[in-house]
Amino acid sequence: MYVYDAFDRTLVTERVAEFRDQVARRLSGELTEEEFKPLRLLNGVYLQLHAYMLRTAIPYGTLSSEQLRMLAQVARKYDRGYGHFTTRQNIQYHWIKLAELPDAMADLASVGMHGMQTSGNVVRNITTDQWAGVAPDEIEDPRLWAEIIRQHVTLHPEFSFMPRKFKIAVGAAAHDRAALRIHDLGLRLHRDDAGELGFEVMVGGGLGRTPFLAQTIKPFLHKRDVLSYVEAILRTYNQFGRRDNIYKARIKILVHELGPEAFAKEVDAEWQSIKDGALVLDDAVIGDIAGRFQYPVYEKLTDSPPQLAAARRADRGFDAWMTNSVANHKVPGYAIVTLSLKPEGGTPGDATAAQMDAIAEVADRYSFGEIRVGHEQNLVLPHVAQRDLPALWRALDAVGVALPNVNFISDIISCPGLDYCSLANARSIPIAQEITRRFQNLDLQRDLGRLHVNISGCINACGHHHVGHIGILGVEKNGEEFYQITLGGKADENAVLGTLIGPAVPYVQVADVVEDIAAAYLELRARPDELFIDTVKRTGIEPFRERVYAAR
Amino acid sequence: MTSPLEQKKIKVTGPVVVTANRTGDGAVIYRLADGGWTTTLDGAAIATNAALAHELMTAALADDLGAVGAYVAPVKLLPGGQVRPGNLRELIRLGGPTIELPVAIATAARVLESEHART
Repeated sequence: MYVYDAFDRTLVTERVAEFRDQVARRLSGELTEEEFKPLRLLNGVYLQLHAYMLRTAIPYGTLSSEQLRMLAQVARKYDRGYGHFTTRQNIQYHWIKLAELPDAMADLASVGMHGMQTSGNVVRNITTDQWAGVAPDEIEDPRLWAEIIRQHVTLHPEFSFMPRKFKIAVGAAAHDRAALRIHDLGLRLHRDDAGELGFEVMVGGGLGRTPFLAQTIKPFLHKRDVLSYVEAILRTYNQFGRRDNIYKARIKILVHELGPEAFAKEVDAEWQSIKDGALVLDDAVIGDIAGRFQYPVYEKLTDSPPQLAAARRADRGFDAWMTNSVANHKVPGYAIVTLSLKPEGGTPGDATAAQMDAIAEVADRYSFGEIRVGHEQNLVLPHVAQRDLPALWRALDAVGVALPNVNFISDIISCPGLDYCSLANARSIPIAQEITRRFQNLDLQRDLGRLHVNISGCINACGHHHVGHIGILGVEKNGEEFYQITLGGKADENAVLGTLIGPAVPYVQVADVVEDIAAAYLELRARPDELFIDTVKRTGIEPFRERVYAAR
Repeated sequence: MTSPLEQKKIKVTGPVVVTANRTGDGAVIYRLADGGWTTTLDGAAIATNAALAHELMTAALADDLGAVGAYVAPVKLLPGGQVRPGNLRELIRLGGPTIELPVAIATAARVLESEHART
């Protein structure tokens, strides 16, 4: 993981001092709210229904155990003892007091964390695959490139006042675990025929009111050009993006209205003038940043140590968890472990301070002190020796993060919704909770297999409902909560937006509808191992629509 | 529950209050008739027409130091005289999230924290 140098640390510390002064002037009346609001947003400080909310950046979803302990400490000291991991690999605290924010930020800064550019019309947290650096199917660690771009766009004066926010994701595997196509800019690392490293550049993705999938404007961009090309894209956006209409201000609208070819031409025109300048990434520059990435010194181990098979035979719970939550690692003898933050009846993505501390502890013991945050709102321990898996499982189970439901129907992605968020039209968390209760039976969940449910409490789509296998969108009708149901969405390399199946259903019926959809799948699937999403693709939504609306 | 923060023209079709968040800590507050704010709905000033609502809003917005994001919110008046939030959003703002928070853990943690601070 990337280790801050003196420059990075100074930047964060100075930012805290600046914000402390801004808060003091706000509380004394020297600054009005109108003057203060853009300043607090640039530090990730929102005003929500009940309190201020602090969004802390977790760059490309990578945390050290020291940082996770500090996140726990902030939750305890300044919040209500828990935090929420988001669909952009950040963490949110929902009960922060403005007056205490500078102290909370100082605590975070002491471990190199901050909320800079987690809000506002700037480049937001650059996300990636939660298995970055350890996945067997990966070309190279995408986080290096996320870090290079992150450094460049942080406090970049030219891109501090863009038409709207800008979200970037970087991936490095054929199987897209970073949802590249729903980002303003998706960068897929790969090699050309000559073996050179470069990026497929995809622009104009985004969900919300007008969802679009990103279009490829350059199939192969050499790695040395990635910074200058990203700069050209941002400049093109800054130049032509709509500042007059907030609903048309994202780059996806620009790409759609110009068409990808015309848009690419504009980018290229800009790029030609800067591509050989200061932004060229030569080996020295890349090496400088790469050198600050620390990797574990792996032991020489072999896969499938015998005690593992024995442990699986001895304990069905451990065996189920192994099958569900443990994935292959690129280094022999190691494993990637997913920690489920989706307990039955719980809030998707929430973790208590006690859980965070316990996870930091096991990370130190079993994962070289490193943790990842996934956009699916689960955590990952990326470097676990297979021989340690039984002991790890017991430790994780003890704090409730070893439920073997990863990728199953109860592994729900959900925004905070009307219980917290001032933008929401309807609640999302209780819907998620009820669904997890209906499907608490793990045998049923295993039978249903991989099934992604995404819930958003409003059209802003922070729950990514458009790309859920089952997407649920909360709307308001005459003061009541209703929910639109979509089917067939996907967020991976074959990304597709879900299709609405019929009229919105009331709050009390949503879990029933999901049960109907699940039952329909079990009847319709061609074989037990035909995935839900493949059944939907094969049959279309009509048989599901019939089933759901027959009795309604 | 469409975000009332976009209110440009005040429309009053029933009893309303003016509500905001307290600047220092973000707590939900309601405008009082004689100026100032309360955290309970009971004492809040109730307007039944647009003119009075506008008056309350003007006073509320003038208190930029004490309150943030003031807007007009519906309430229900019960026969016994009690005031209740007029929609789900306001119910949640007054009463907190409709879901269980890990409050027990949080409360215990704060107790431990303050005890630790004393030693």
